[in-house]
Amino acid sequence: MRLSGAWCRIPLMDKRLERILPRVQKPARYVGGEYNAVMKDLSQVDTRVAFCFPDTYEIGMSNLGMRILYGVMNNMPTVWCERCFHPWGDMEDEMRRLGLPLYALESSDPIGAFDIIAFSVGYEMAFPAMLNMLDLARVPLRSEDRPGLTPLVIAGGTAMYNCEPIADFIDLALLGEGEEQLPELIELYRQAKREGWDKYTFLCKACHLEGVYVPSLYDVTYHDDGTVAAITPRDGAPARIRKRVVTDMDKAYYLAKTIVPSTEIVQDRVTLELFRGCIRGCRFCQAGYVYRPVRSRSKDLCAAYARAAIEDSGYQEMTLSSLSTSDYRPLVELCDDLEPLCERKHLNLSLPSLRADNFSMALMERLQKGRKTGLTFAPEAGTQRLRDAINKNLTEEDLLESCRRAFAGGYSAVKLYFMLGLPTETDEDVAGIADVAAHVMHAWRESASNKNRGVRITVSTSWFVPKPHTAFQWEPQISIEEYERRVALLRERINTKTVTYNWHPSPTSFMEAVISRGDRRLCKVLEAAHRKGAKLDAWEDYFSLERWLEAFEECGLDPHFYANRRREHGELMPWAHIDVGVTDAYLMREHDRAYEGITTPDCRTQCSGCGANCFCPCDTDKK
Amino acid sequence: MAKLRLLFVKEEQASYISHLDLMRTFQRVFPRGGLELKHSQGFHPHPLISIVLPLPVGQSSECELLDFEVEQDIDGTGIADMLNTGLPAGLRVRDCYRVERPARDLAFLRARLELDYDDGVPDGATDRLRALFERGEVLVEKRTKHKDLAQINVVPLIRSIEWSEAPNLVTADVVVAAQNPGLNPALLANAAAAQLPELAADFARVRRLELYDGELNIFR
Repeated sequence: MRLSGAWCRIPLMDKRLERILPRVQKPARYVGGEYNAVMKDLSQVDTRVAFCFPDTYEIGMSNLGMRILYGVMNNMPTVWCERCFHPWGDMEDEMRRLGLPLYALESSDPIGAFDIIAFSVGYEMAFPAMLNMLDLARVPLRSEDRPGLTPLVIAGGTAMYNCEPIADFIDLALLGEGEEQLPELIELYRQAKREGWDKYTFLCKACHLEGVYVPSLYDVTYHDDGTVAAITPRDGAPARIRKRVVTDMDKAYYLAKTIVPSTEIVQDRVTLELFRGCIRGCRFCQAGYVYRPVRSRSKDLCAAYARAAIEDSGYQEMTLSSLSTSDYRPLVELCDDLEPLCERKHLNLSLPSLRADNFSMALMERLQKGRKTGLTFAPEAGTQRLRDAINKNLTEEDLLESCRRAFAGGYSAVKLYFMLGLPTETDEDVAGIADVAAHVMHAWRESASNKNRGVRITVSTSWFVPKPHTAFQWEPQISIEEYERRVALLRERINTKTVTYNWHPSPTSFMEAVISRGDRRLCKVLEAAHRKGAKLDAWEDYFSLERWLEAFEECGLDPHFYANRRREHGELMPWAHIDVGVTDAYLMREHDRAYEGITTPDCRTQCSGCGANCFCPCDTDKK
Repeated sequence: MAKLRLLFVKEEQASYISHLDLMRTFQRVFPRGGLELKHSQGFHPHPLISIVLPLPVGQSSECELLDFEVEQDIDGTGIADMLNTGLPAGLRVRDCYRVERPARDLAFLRARLELDYDDGVPDGATDRLRALFERGEVLVEKRTKHKDLAQINVVPLIRSIEWSEAPNLVTADVVVAAQNPGLNPALLANAAAAQLPELAADFARVRRLELYDGELNIFR
């Protein structure tokens, strides 16, 4: 599909861009033209898609889903999918100053004239960036203000499992994995264009595609106390919308030819996806529930894909990616298979999301070359009681044994990640975090291979955000005062110089808690925040709590209603009509078990009947 | 093992790739073409690649040079074509050959400086610009490596300068010192804007055209 030679050398959109680019930071992220960027001949194209990521180029280009779907859409012969990212503030200012609308990187054409504007949204705090991108593209924000079929504004990604806060802006949401559903939707759109359907007709048909949610076909009513009374489908829309999954990972699209950015991005390497889903069932983890069931890609296919991607890209680093890489059964065999390639190509393998156990440590020692930098572990909670309550199946002994091994092997830095404000957390649990750090310190004294180098132990805490579709979706987030009290308590308890304690006075986490479990009434709050200048709010550079509080005030809504209120099990959640496979009954049981301090075994040890095997059998046979 | 040199064009989108990003980009380009870069021998081996005269971001060039070492014993034949199948838009390899002359022999470069005047070139601008650089001293502020400002006199660094005019455009064809110290031709636009504010251009564009040694022979 890639046309070489003169075709690749598109003249820059216009003179204005040439004037702007020397004045902004990292201009290479605004010009496209990267290796493997797909160029098409417009005379052969009938559907133009602007694939928008509501964050910067460096973040968006690091997103695997975005890369996969870019490939999937461009595999459709008459569809041209181009990329578009949110400009950094300096670029946005320049664009607005010169009246330059948001443009796609491949053709540098303004995206407002495209057929489909598709957002990939993985994080609620990206909603304001999404609105700002529509505004920069000069596209009306509200779906009702875009009467025509074109441009169709759609969104997918993990944040769509509760997309009520942006329900008024998007024409439809895609739930789940897009490899199969997105081409189906685009085909339907092409048919609509050919046959001259109006937007309403199109949406009424689209809502019957599995995984397609059309918010405007649902009426939401509220009780006097502000909770949702009913979610009623109209015009034949299904009562529940079930997410879409790829059932066979060996048949899922894999892009061997992926874009290699000409400027540094966050994840600047080949990403090899081993499996989807997670067997662990940590009760706070949205990804752990919504990506079920577990589906693995066969080892030989992984190895073949790895070779192809490395050969084509020229990258010398590759990530073996999944939610819990240690749980990929043929992991050792895969690494064995890749070893010759690593040797020949000076290739470094990185394995994120490893568990702190002996198996993983042994593997890491084998793969580690050259410099031994720090290791990172995420015990999440400071005591065994609380780790059991959140179902984080990690014992302190596992952690300490891993640390001893690492220190003996020459490592001299360990980072430990925890959350504050987890359900049932007491002061004892908070103090337990300091104890864990002290024990890690002791482990270093016992086993360090070179004590002269010293050791750095970093404890970081974040503020727990309850998420929809998790066992903790009914839980309140603790107040900012309480969060800060717990931070102070922990800071007092950490009294050695070797342990550094990092925490953020992060009001972003509060707003994240508000929006992630928000309902449709938040649309007007988002709109107000947008008018007041909200944009890249996932970045502290741009986030302003005052702006959000003002927006809530203006709209007569209370953010604490969403963030800090305990819900009853019977309450109708704003996302109740969204079906991720995992049943409410299962989540309630997990919620109760958290309070009883009972752990749930991983899916391989014993199926706990979450319901996600309604899509396909889980790939969880015992090791 | 061979020490090779690439002669390449960097223009359009690629003009915005910074020096460090360009190094990173080439580190990936070579393996794609099956070339195995030689790595340094230290504790943190890095590929042996160097760009002879880094081009400021935003400028284009027809004559960039990149030196690299490969494990294979080759003379560079066929490499340009091979690399050109997998380069970002705006980069194009013109030639690849064994390094014959050290980079320190590079003394001058020729560039075209274009000054855009959106509302037409002011009367007499070209003559006044020509006269400006015929003085013995034209000082311009330049940011040093240590981030502070220094005044430099650009005149001794200019070997020759030819002015011409077209609608909305004044062009200077300049030959300037390339290194130790070199002169970024864009500084001539800054100098002009500082000395003759009423002639400040709406935009200045630079394109590198050729490289020379001390005797003004083409440097390869």
